[in-house]
Amino acid sequence: MAENTETIKGTSLWKDAWKRLLKNKLAVFGLIVMVIMIIAVTIGPAIIRWTTGFTADFIPPEGDQIKSFPPSLQHPMGTDEAGRDLLARVLQGGRISLMVGVISTIVSLLVGVSYGAIAGYMGGKIDNFMMRVVDIIYAIPYILIVIVLLSVFGGPNTPAWITWLAERFGGAGNQGLSQIFLLFFALGLVSWLTMARVVRGQILSLKNQEFVLAARATGVSTTSIIFRHLVPNALGPVIVYATLTVPSVMLTEAFLSFLGIGVQAPFASWGSLASDGIKNIAIYPWQLIFPGVTMALTLFSLNFLGDGLRDALDPQTRKF
Amino acid sequence: MLKFIFKRLLIIIPMALLVVTLTWGLIRIAPGNFYSTEKKLPPAIEANIKKKYGLDKPWYMQYAIMMGNIVQLDFGDSLKYQGQSVNEIIKRHFPYSATMGILAYLLALIIGLAAGMIAALKQNSAFDYASMSAAMLGLSVPNFVLGPILVLVFSLWLFWLPPARWGGISHLILPVITLSAIYAAYIARLTRAGMLEVMRSDYIRTARAKGLPEWKVLFKHALRGGIVPVVSFTGPALASLLAGTVVVEKVFAIPGLGNIFIQAVLNRDEPLILGIVAFLSILIMIFNLAVDISYGFLDPRIRYE
Repeated sequence: MAENTETIKGTSLWKDAWKRLLKNKLAVFGLIVMVIMIIAVTIGPAIIRWTTGFTADFIPPEGDQIKSFPPSLQHPMGTDEAGRDLLARVLQGGRISLMVGVISTIVSLLVGVSYGAIAGYMGGKIDNFMMRVVDIIYAIPYILIVIVLLSVFGGPNTPAWITWLAERFGGAGNQGLSQIFLLFFALGLVSWLTMARVVRGQILSLKNQEFVLAARATGVSTTSIIFRHLVPNALGPVIVYATLTVPSVMLTEAFLSFLGIGVQAPFASWGSLASDGIKNIAIYPWQLIFPGVTMALTLFSLNFLGDGLRDALDPQTRKF
Repeated sequence: MLKFIFKRLLIIIPMALLVVTLTWGLIRIAPGNFYSTEKKLPPAIEANIKKKYGLDKPWYMQYAIMMGNIVQLDFGDSLKYQGQSVNEIIKRHFPYSATMGILAYLLALIIGLAAGMIAALKQNSAFDYASMSAAMLGLSVPNFVLGPILVLVFSLWLFWLPPARWGGISHLILPVITLSAIYAAYIARLTRAGMLEVMRSDYIRTARAKGLPEWKVLFKHALRGGIVPVVSFTGPALASLLAGTVVVEKVFAIPGLGNIFIQAVLNRDEPLILGIVAFLSILIMIFNLAVDISYGFLDPRIRYE
């Protein structure tokens, strides 16, 4: 029966939203840039290695070394302080920066959506208590929370599943990479607060509708009502807010790397590359400008895409 | 109204104490301590240090002593800056952050309100698209990229402005611009959205229908309703600006509170961390209260219980 109504109705919510998104030129621009960026960081390092032989952490032997060399044909973005090819580093760093965006956002989604949904559905005292907890966590500087998470679970205390996850990406025994994955999770764990508020608001307006009453009358369990019936109905705003969380966690990661708490050498992210570049800004400006502009372009596209998605999925919300 | 303000002011005290408690708990959860670096200390010396700072007492006694002092607004001495009290350190470094923060927010307000209003009034015009793209750019360029690029252009190439440090007005220009960019962008977007919504509302039609001149409709009626979202943004924005924005302080070598806080966190300078956290959380709550009060003046439909 469901299939029948689908064919008669013609357009679903998602198809409709997709059409609206394609009409928004800036959002399409953002989408195209993001697709290109993802392809570039995925296969780019391999292509550079194949054509010029440089990798992100390859330091040419003494004598051959050209430290802080300006952009040239061989090094389109120049080289860094140690003589490494900056293009390779920017692409490699892009992997980590984009991964921060995706993984931290997923973590913040999981925590924020469940927290907000439970608070909103339970209501009353539980809701009140849970939201006050959110208010209080808001008041604690997130840098403090990130540093504590990194030092409690860092080094030898890294949870086994984080190491396992990092190994899937970079091979076994890679201590540095598992610390970066830890950072992804720490960032996710400090950026779920607004998501929880958004979801709670949605659930509050949904929970008194007839379909919830019907579900309860037929004996559906509370967990099931929250996650099978309510959360899917709140998906629009959640997706919209998630696309705006991606650039914001990327900025936070860059900021932490700038302070020296985030991604550390030999690994690179756009933030850590830019912060390395700042030291030499007067003499070798390209070391800041290339990673900085790449990052700004990515954030720019993500923001436009997020804005476009909001207008497409949720035409009612106020645009700001 | 007065009762509302009084109640909210009263709530600030337990909230701030709760935030301090949680912060203290967080610092204590993290392994390690402020005195040991990489080298392990001989047990006798460690015991002496513990005794001096009261770390040999059980944790609840330490907590009680700390809270007792904090209630009297005494945060003790910094562990890293020997012989300096936390209150002195905050008093010394906060003015830098406050000066920069207030100037940056004023600049952001002027630019953001003007751009947002014009964009809303001339919706879908070239100016609208240009200013909204500029705003998006402002949201997307990290300030640690914007700041150094401004220095590069205006100090190192053009020699117009000093590149860093605290001095005359000329020293303030670049950091204030760097700081205000993202806020100006936000305010412009909020103002545009708010104005667009208000301009469609009935009371604007009424104002026009009774023959008010257009400028009066705009500034006396539309603006008041249109900037409500900007006002709600102002509370948290001002607080985070006054907290000192670490990046700008680092890039321009300005001795503000933000850097002191980051250093304190990295050094595990517990009294200093707690002092700054308490100071800032009270500041944030007072700003939020001020924002809530100002709603009533801006939008007569909003009432207090």
